[in-house]
Amino acid sequence: MAHLTFAGGDCQSFTGGLGELEVAATSVRALIHELEARFPGLGDHVDRRMAIAIDGEIHQDAWSAVIGPRSEVYIIPRIGGG
Amino acid sequence: MSEVLDRPQTEEPALKVVGTRPIRPDGFDKVTGRAAFGADFVMPGMLTGRVKRSPHAHARILSIDTRAARALAGVKAVVTRDDFPDLASEMHEGGEAASNLRDLAMNVMARDKALYHGHAVAAVAAVSPAIAEAALELIEVTYEPLPHVIDVEAAMAPDAPLLHAHIFTEGLEARPASPSNIARRHLFARGDVDAALAEAEVRVEGRYTTKATHQGYIEPHACVASMSPDGQCQVWCSSQGAFMVRTYCAKVLGLEISDVRVTPAEIGGGFGGKTTVYLEPLALALSRASGAPVKMVMSREEVFRATGPTSGAVVEVRLGARRDGTITAMDVELKYQAGAFPGSPVGAGCMTALACYDAPNFRIVGWDVVTNSPKVAAYRAPGAPISAFGVESAIDELAARLGMDPIALRQQNGARNGVKAAYGPTFQNIGYLETLAALKAHPHMQAPLGPNQGRGVAVGFWFNVGGESTAAIHIGEDGSATVVTGNPDIGGSRASMAIMAAETLGVPVEQVRPIVADTASIGYSMLTGGSRTTFATGLAVIRAAEKVIDELKRRAAVLWSVDADKVGWKSGAAVCLDPAKEVAPLTLARLAGQSARTGGPISAEVSLNAQGAGPGFGAHLCDVEVDPETGQVTILRYVVAQDVGRAIHPAYVEGQMQGGAAQGIGWALNEEYVFDADGVMENPGFLDYRMPVASDLPMIDTVIVEVPNPRHPYGAKGVGEVPIVPPLAAVANAVSAAIGVRMRHLPLSPPKIRAAVDARAG
Repeated sequence: MAHLTFAGGDCQSFTGGLGELEVAATSVRALIHELEARFPGLGDHVDRRMAIAIDGEIHQDAWSAVIGPRSEVYIIPRIGGG
Repeated sequence: MSEVLDRPQTEEPALKVVGTRPIRPDGFDKVTGRAAFGADFVMPGMLTGRVKRSPHAHARILSIDTRAARALAGVKAVVTRDDFPDLASEMHEGGEAASNLRDLAMNVMARDKALYHGHAVAAVAAVSPAIAEAALELIEVTYEPLPHVIDVEAAMAPDAPLLHAHIFTEGLEARPASPSNIARRHLFARGDVDAALAEAEVRVEGRYTTKATHQGYIEPHACVASMSPDGQCQVWCSSQGAFMVRTYCAKVLGLEISDVRVTPAEIGGGFGGKTTVYLEPLALALSRASGAPVKMVMSREEVFRATGPTSGAVVEVRLGARRDGTITAMDVELKYQAGAFPGSPVGAGCMTALACYDAPNFRIVGWDVVTNSPKVAAYRAPGAPISAFGVESAIDELAARLGMDPIALRQQNGARNGVKAAYGPTFQNIGYLETLAALKAHPHMQAPLGPNQGRGVAVGFWFNVGGESTAAIHIGEDGSATVVTGNPDIGGSRASMAIMAAETLGVPVEQVRPIVADTASIGYSMLTGGSRTTFATGLAVIRAAEKVIDELKRRAAVLWSVDADKVGWKSGAAVCLDPAKEVAPLTLARLAGQSARTGGPISAEVSLNAQGAGPGFGAHLCDVEVDPETGQVTILRYVVAQDVGRAIHPAYVEGQMQGGAAQGIGWALNEEYVFDADGVMENPGFLDYRMPVASDLPMIDTVIVEVPNPRHPYGAKGVGEVPIVPPLAAVANAVSAAIGVRMRHLPLSPPKIRAAVDARAG
């Protein structure tokens, strides 16, 4: 199970304040489905509004990115730039 | 003068083109005036468009009467809010970060309320500029003026004038009972910061403020738009993303994306400010109404009054440490103006605020606050310079309190590989400490300081991003290569694309011609911003070049009658690996010359969503001299050290580092929006909005630090945004050292310096 942490406070309104959890997903797409199933609305919110950092690398819109069984996953706000 | 650190020293460098400094592909056109910018485009029968803007900072629009304007001879179209569909609140990925389409459309053309002085309320198209301007005077708008609020903390007050009745603060534990101007709260925390502060042996705290500043691009917004009777649209404009313009125009006007074709002009600066649309949907609406092409060009005053600056802000910082210099607690609160609609860069301000530190206990709270001022737009590392100003100033105060060298304090507590960043992920392959070491070793550190002189250090971070990009490479029959991308060249990307294509193909860079194509001629690319283009679009270019090589090898195999796996590629030529064949290599030119016989034209296009952008860090060193009589600050010396992964074109990298520093120095010393009591900007021109010019600055020295990004074939990380992050604090720390008074409020203009000096004197 990968360890997932919500950073930035946006997602915890969906989880009832839960900030960290273990996830079984092995890809970003599977993670979005898993979050949606466990906390309705969260998967869509993460997909549209958040970035996903896996083992230190930030992914945006990368459904095929792989999550390992011992990965460190952070859900963080999307990043733009100028 | 510049130096490059950490480049591998070998007799024959592995890279032959990457790291060289060829003449820029757009250089001749730019220096001879041949380059065509947004305002240079003309079409037969073209009309002139002008915008009528709100004279109030906050007002309900009761009615708009356009009859007199429409009746004026030479006026061909007038558009108002009635000509634009009302859009639902929907976040859309049209640019780089999501934008709310409803807010975007309402910023382009006001609906029920004007939300800032300068907000567009109507637009006209006429046969001449004089007639268009006369028509604006004939449009009668009836307003109900409302109280306004611009100061960020005043806007947060419970009794503040309310901009939007639908804003209920997001990001709180519970939805508030009533609306407010606070759109969102961000919170990042780890450990127990309150306990750590209570136990700290040394504590510092400060309240720091910054003013709204503009990106200051030299080219105002400009476009020509044409809509045919069948609904086909063309737009020629200067922007940071032609695909962004295409999407936003289609959404704001209710068009199909495939009906809009956008051709990018050369861009005279953007710095994030051209990552949205202002004029383009208006010009298309006027063209639709008039049946003629419409050209619109903003004046400098309009740029200031109606396009996005960055936020003015309040930054509060509390730090705790042990006497040995170990930082134990970092507490930061950020309050950012968003302008008329939600979406300040406070989220990024939070995420970057402590990225340079290994902080065991921290809390970062950010507030996104709407105000009656132009909607803020991205500005180079959006949000990061502001939070860095507060944090890096407090770190400087902490170093002084501890009696420590400020670089040593940062080294002791600095982020390094394996450290979990305050915004979450664990750092890998970062070069932060290397930048500090480069500063420490620089001769600038040994330069003596005289009376009224001071030295300041500050550091900064930016994520850098990847994202969607497309690139194509077409091989000409003489073996030359055209590299086609969809990213406007705002910082030298054409040169870096050509270099990476040449490196991969194994040909001289002069054999490669990079171009920027329109939205119908190349696949989608996200806009140029976020320090992404050399990394992400460069990756697409490299992959396209590799596909071209695969095709060239296949053609050589046909000519040599060998299997394709018996052909290699070396130094721009196919080489036969079959020991039974004694054949000379086939150069790219020879293969291209026979392409008709071996399968037709040789080209490849690659679209991808680049992941693995490497984060960037920079460290700046600044010496100033303060004239105690006038309060004038002179920058004596300035050094930028930055980890760039690998410099594809070092001269452009140095230019980015110098340009970011120069912009940050202006932000620190002079730039600010000054509003009168009615919420009207009082200094909407370059005479009164003081940006630094060349004669204000010394030669900014650069040290390129190279800790390669393993997720890019040539090691590239982003470059363009990091260098604007540290200067605000580097300058403020230097000025504070020079006059012996901590300067916490930007800009450090002469009256503030004089007041501080006078107060010190008692």
